Amino acid sequence: MKAWLPSLLRLALVMLLVAFVTNPGWFEPLLKPLTENNAPVIYNQGSLLTLTLLHLRTVLIATVAATIVAVALAILVTRPAGAEFLPLSRSLVNIGQTFPPVAVLALAVPAVGFGEKPTLIALFLYGLLPIFENALTGLTTLPANVVEAARGAGMTGWQRLTKVELPLSAPIILGGIRLSVVISLATATIGSTVAAKTLGEVIIAGLLSNNLAFILQGGLIVAALAVLIYDGLSAIERYTARRMGRGAE
Amino acid sequence: MNIRFDKLGVVIAAISAYAAFAAPFATFRANRIVPGQARSILEALPATTGTLLLVTIVVAALIALFKTPLVLRLAASVAALAALALLIGVAGTFLTPAGNTFARVSPASGFWILIFAFTLLLADVLTRLNLSPLARVGVLVVAALTIGLLLISGSWDNLSILKEYFNRADSFWAEGSKHVTLALGSLAAAVIVGLPLGILCHRVENLRAGVLNVLNIIQTIPSIALFGLLIAPLGWVAAHVPGAAALGIRGIGTAPAFVALFLYSLLPVVANTVVGLAGVPRAANDAARGMGMTDRQRLFGVEFPLAFPVILTGIRIVLVQNIGLATIAALIGGGGFGVFVFQGVGQTAMDLVLLGAVPTVALAFAAAIILDAVIEMTATRRRVETA
Repeated sequence: MKAWLPSLLRLALVMLLVAFVTNPGWFEPLLKPLTENNAPVIYNQGSLLTLTLLHLRTVLIATVAATIVAVALAILVTRPAGAEFLPLSRSLVNIGQTFPPVAVLALAVPAVGFGEKPTLIALFLYGLLPIFENALTGLTTLPANVVEAARGAGMTGWQRLTKVELPLSAPIILGGIRLSVVISLATATIGSTVAAKTLGEVIIAGLLSNNLAFILQGGLIVAALAVLIYDGLSAIERYTARRMGRGAE
Repeated sequence: MNIRFDKLGVVIAAISAYAAFAAPFATFRANRIVPGQARSILEALPATTGTLLLVTIVVAALIALFKTPLVLRLAASVAALAALALLIGVAGTFLTPAGNTFARVSPASGFWILIFAFTLLLADVLTRLNLSPLARVGVLVVAALTIGLLLISGSWDNLSILKEYFNRADSFWAEGSKHVTLALGSLAAAVIVGLPLGILCHRVENLRAGVLNVLNIIQTIPSIALFGLLIAPLGWVAAHVPGAAALGIRGIGTAPAFVALFLYSLLPVVANTVVGLAGVPRAANDAARGMGMTDRQRLFGVEFPLAFPVILTGIRIVLVQNIGLATIAALIGGGGFGVFVFQGVGQTAMDLVLLGAVPTVALAFAAAIILDAVIEMTATRRRVETA
């Protein structure tokens, strides 16, 4: 395959996505055959652009919070003082992984009410796990000679952490963030079942009124966002991996 | 004497002290959807029983707080969990006025935090005991039997979640079997298609990147959208392919849910098959070739058994993921425990949500433990055999 082809496809996808959320009317003839009985073709209870931005905002807030907490936790349990918690935190992460996102979402409602908050909590909790797991892998599989060399060079624990350990684990941690973002983008759509303003609203409106055009536009926007963000983060990951001399998977 | 604290114990003691003395143990509501009134342990239980529970919690928390032998910690966590499980049922009976069928009693935050704290202690003990895979499955079976006995004995019958259950006992089991069928059926289909596809990708290098990329992209499509998107093609198939509708293929319902779960399941199965086969030691393959084994003999006699633990890991990921994702099938009329979750959200009846969520979590949890044990057993056998 020619090297420029994937980049061209990505660019085309970005342009298509931007065109669609800003001017959905242009695409009306394409989606028209999917509706029946003169139902509206383009989602009409809110602007697609606003919903897309709200969707991204929800995912961004949750991911940033999850990253901070997960990396901090991973650092804590890999220090001598917190080493006692390492095996337990491993099994907790394993257990946590078995909680379905829908359950987390639904169970957060009684505590915080409907709207954006339960969605944020579910995304945060569910996003924690991949990041924590990867940060742990990154911090525990550092080449021993590099860490020894840093210690031999007289670096303090803090210096070793910020100048050696974290930069070296960055590609693996980024891999966890990428996984977490993709999961969150998808899970955020389910957030609309508890009245969060996300693109899930469009899909659910389509499911309720049997309007395929709605489902398709909601689904495609989220899918395009997921593919593009996944791609973008993979590229950043490869770049940092090259800089750190650690091969990406 | 040198008294030493256990670091995790400090956390457990702190949160259980808060939960036992400051947080509500149970919630009482006059009917299923009005806001509840909080009841502390002493208010929710007869005086002696309540005091007994508080003493049990304090003693268990103290055992957790100091560095104590593992057996003692195990006993403390089990005793505390058993007392909590038993007495929340007693609270249900105690708080419900006699003959009142509308009143609802459900466990409140204090109860859940206490359960969390002592489960944490139990998990820590079990992790430190480093149990064999079979012993872990044994612990799971004992826990499941205990919960089953509590359910059958009727000691939880006055709790709200079980009242929701009694109102829809028939549909609970129907949706439950639909849930399991969806999760297991799509897994079976994914294994039947994914294994040969993985072997093919292993053998034909040109195919590998392409197939894995397509499967990767499918993973990034949000579940709710994929479920929705499949409505269109399956609806078309049902309308235009003779006999399809008779087979139960329809635009909405189980068919799109099944196909969506199947599509999500393919990547872990195919990717792990490829990784597993690639990890087969070259020496083993060379030896097999030297013995004059044909390609097919080598695949089934050498490569496949050696790659098996890795392939099983893929199957574990798929099964746990499918059990969770199957809840979303309810949104497109596919049934499953999600029906109760979404109904409960719609009616703001949280006990109904729990009726759907608790079995889902329990199923996923049990599946993870059992498959982890199987993986570990096949992996150790492999090491013993190749040593």
